[in-house]
Amino acid sequence: METDRSKDRPWVMRTYSGHSTAQASNALYRLNLSKGQTGLSVAFDLPTQTGYDSDHALARGEVGKVGVPICHIGDMETLFADIPLGQMNTSMTINGTAAWLLALYIAAAERQGVEPQALQGTTQNDIVKEYLSRGTYIFPPEPSLRLISDVITYTVKNVPKWNPVNVCSYHLQEAGATPVQEVAYALCTAIAVLDTVRASGRLDAAEFAAAVGRLSFFVNSGVRFIEEVCKLRAFGQLWDELTRERYGVENPKLRRFRYGVQVNSLGLTEAQPENNIPRIVLEALGVTLSKDARCRAMQLPAWNEALGLPRPWDQQWSLRIQQILAFETDLLEYGDVFEGSKVVEAKTSAIKNAAWAEVERVTALGGVLSALGYIKEQLVASHTERVRNITAGDHVVVGVNTFTETADSPLYSGDSSAILKVDAAAERDQLARLEAFRATRNQAEADAAVSGLRAAVLNDESIMPASIRCALAGVTTGEWTQTLRDIFGEFRAPTGIGGAAAARAVNGEAAQALEELRARVRKSAATLGRPLKVLIGKPGLDGHSNGAEQIAVWCRDAGMEVVYEGIRLSPAQIVTSVRDEGVHLVGLSILSGSHLRLVPEVLTGLRAEGLSDIPVVVGGIIPEDDAEDLRQAGVARVYTPKDFEMLRILSDMVEVAEAAA
Amino acid sequence: MPQPPHSAVSALVDFQRQAIARALNLLEDRRPDRQAQALTLLDALSTQPVSAQVVGLTGPPGVGKSSLISRLIEPQVQAGRRVAIIAVDPSSKVSGGALLGDRGRMQLAAEVYARSYAARDRLGGLSREAFSAVFLLRHCCDVILVETVGVGQSETDIATLADTTVLVVQPFSGDLLQFIKAGVMEIPDILVVNKADNQALAQKALSDTQAALALARRPTPPEPEAWDSPVLAVSAATNLNMDALNQALRAHWRHLQATAKLEKKRAAQHLEWGIGEIRHEVGQRGLAALGGVEGVRAAWNRQPAHWSVVRKLTALLERAQ
Repeated sequence: METDRSKDRPWVMRTYSGHSTAQASNALYRLNLSKGQTGLSVAFDLPTQTGYDSDHALARGEVGKVGVPICHIGDMETLFADIPLGQMNTSMTINGTAAWLLALYIAAAERQGVEPQALQGTTQNDIVKEYLSRGTYIFPPEPSLRLISDVITYTVKNVPKWNPVNVCSYHLQEAGATPVQEVAYALCTAIAVLDTVRASGRLDAAEFAAAVGRLSFFVNSGVRFIEEVCKLRAFGQLWDELTRERYGVENPKLRRFRYGVQVNSLGLTEAQPENNIPRIVLEALGVTLSKDARCRAMQLPAWNEALGLPRPWDQQWSLRIQQILAFETDLLEYGDVFEGSKVVEAKTSAIKNAAWAEVERVTALGGVLSALGYIKEQLVASHTERVRNITAGDHVVVGVNTFTETADSPLYSGDSSAILKVDAAAERDQLARLEAFRATRNQAEADAAVSGLRAAVLNDESIMPASIRCALAGVTTGEWTQTLRDIFGEFRAPTGIGGAAAARAVNGEAAQALEELRARVRKSAATLGRPLKVLIGKPGLDGHSNGAEQIAVWCRDAGMEVVYEGIRLSPAQIVTSVRDEGVHLVGLSILSGSHLRLVPEVLTGLRAEGLSDIPVVVGGIIPEDDAEDLRQAGVARVYTPKDFEMLRILSDMVEVAEAAA
Repeated sequence: MPQPPHSAVSALVDFQRQAIARALNLLEDRRPDRQAQALTLLDALSTQPVSAQVVGLTGPPGVGKSSLISRLIEPQVQAGRRVAIIAVDPSSKVSGGALLGDRGRMQLAAEVYARSYAARDRLGGLSREAFSAVFLLRHCCDVILVETVGVGQSETDIATLADTTVLVVQPFSGDLLQFIKAGVMEIPDILVVNKADNQALAQKALSDTQAALALARRPTPPEPEAWDSPVLAVSAATNLNMDALNQALRAHWRHLQATAKLEKKRAAQHLEWGIGEIRHEVGQRGLAALGGVEGVRAAWNRQPAHWSVVRKLTALLERAQ
């Protein structure tokens, strides 16, 4: 038996955080580090992720909401003030604008006197899962892949300890993927990335092998933790085989499956939120228990994430879970405890075989980018299945659809004091800083840097050196992105909701309930004069479309005619659609916390078009105080994660539409 | 019958989109009082000139009809023309519901009026409501683009509704031959091979399609004033040859006007719409009782206000019973 002698090193412990301003986030990072956190995980706000400066019209109400706004090198320097970048390990959840934020990081390090060679960390930089699930893509697939390839070829040569891409299976699980789909589609993404790098011709064989070795993964872990252990073992084995066979990497170290993890947020509940703590612990166990498939870095959500933004204390509790696992338990003292287990081996090989079959199916469709529509449909169908199972009670969620009785909670009484509210002054501060920064920069230098960037893009040169020059010259996030938008154009990803038609029919009591609902929808046509037509809209920059897609699919299955246009619509576009389409009801889905800004804008627009009689319902992570404000403003209903019974929501929507007729 | 306030009609012919949306809501409404209102409005509207060219786009799913429409409207809007779009999606046979997603696949300028319809229980690629909507919109704008369901099995409706029918296919798919051989449709007015993303691909696709067309074309006696359907290879994605498609649409429009085919076509469209409405209201036997298609045609010719004809005919039938 192995002893202390070979005790495994603990994983890097982080908390995904950032909000309000660079200054406020810097204070939070230093606090977290003082509590024993060993790395940083930067959350950027949606304007930064989608390439807009804080003062852009589309950024209104989104600045500092789901992360920190970074418009220029000044913001980046503030974010890491008094944090020596040469010794830090920083993970950045950034995709569409990953090349730019990395350029800003390298430039900020240079100002700290730190060489790029010393920098350690990760840019998420996985555009495929943005198309499929997370929604912060900007450019079409081909130029996006080129940007990713540029980052890889640059870092392999100049920032060798950097993980340029974190291929994400995480968001696939959040979008409904089964373990098999998670493994398969993440591998397909890695193949697309590595094929592009190889075809770029910028790396020699040794450098390419090093690039393969730097590719890391960002994985999700659900509460079925035995299956998750097997999933990760399957992942590792397939990666080893793929990198050897497809890419000829001989050095086993460079074929190792390296991954970070954020455990499952999809399964966290708003009802009895304290139950999320045991869920998080078990999910963390799944990715740490097996030495051969142990994560390299971990971040845990907070117990009250389904209610709103967690407070520092909530985040501390999650960090303590990691520390207890690593330092109190004997987890790190043994070799792989599953080696030789028949159960685990059988399950691992089942996942492995099924995942590889799916990889081959996608390959036959021309690879992950050609198969986006197919994959998205598979994910929406899986998610629909999951929601059906929860509604039918086949999938037990304690405190939600089973064992719902509860005593009063001393931790959470339903008011908003148990979550963090972003100070509205933060957006004003950020805008003032941006204006001051632009006024003091050398405009000629900034213009020249932008010209250089344009030339690099057009001449098919690497984007990185020109981007670093832009960062140092004071170019802003919006300017960098606009330069590329003008050349590459923008993209709209498939919604995948057509494919969910294939989802299996419900049975038992739920089937009966669905039939009753359909009858009700049919009957409403008499009151309404024509079949019930609804519009499901996602205003703002938030790209988390899973909820909106599910509502759209279920409305269709209930017999409604559903207009769904995908993500990132302006309130004005939504108002136009409501008017032109002649819908009876509008459903808005917002998860970015910008509901108090975006929903009233839609309501005002509807009034201006003489459409104030059309009821609006809103779904999202909306604290009760805000929900009350929205109802006061004229919203007919507010649905939150605690309204998990889809059929009940739909039946309620029919009632709202009929009442307004 | 009381005349509707003139302002309602003038708002429609002025392309005021709020008024258009209201009128289309009314047109769909099955409540008797609303139906009466709708007929009154429509009769008044039918005294106004028809201003729009109706362009129908049909073709199998996934061929890029929505992207083509996005590209087609760009120059139209820039030229200040008033554009309306009608898109039809299939309805679920099980639930009766429908996902109307075409709007999300189009880049719509703020000036455009676009509305989606569920096919409901109608086969043929359109819906009854979409049909009526186009008849209303023809008085309100300069061009109407109609996108059919695109199930590829019975896309017969569009030819009876559109002034110009465009069939869209993918390169090397063999769709074209299937479509025409199966009698799904006559030779369309314009044939488009989309997704010809570069010139080389476009050239190959073009010759492939022309060969298919030569096979499919039945030998017909030469017609005076015949329209020779052009075949175009384009790419909505890369904006290749889209000018040529726009020119072809204009050329066909001029051809219709110059040859008086337009009037003939419109008369046929009216009749087809009326027959469809009568079938919907009173069924095949009711239609027979009215003297069949010929009887309706005769009644039609006597009545200048087309919209209420259906109602008058069916009322006649009810009295006769």
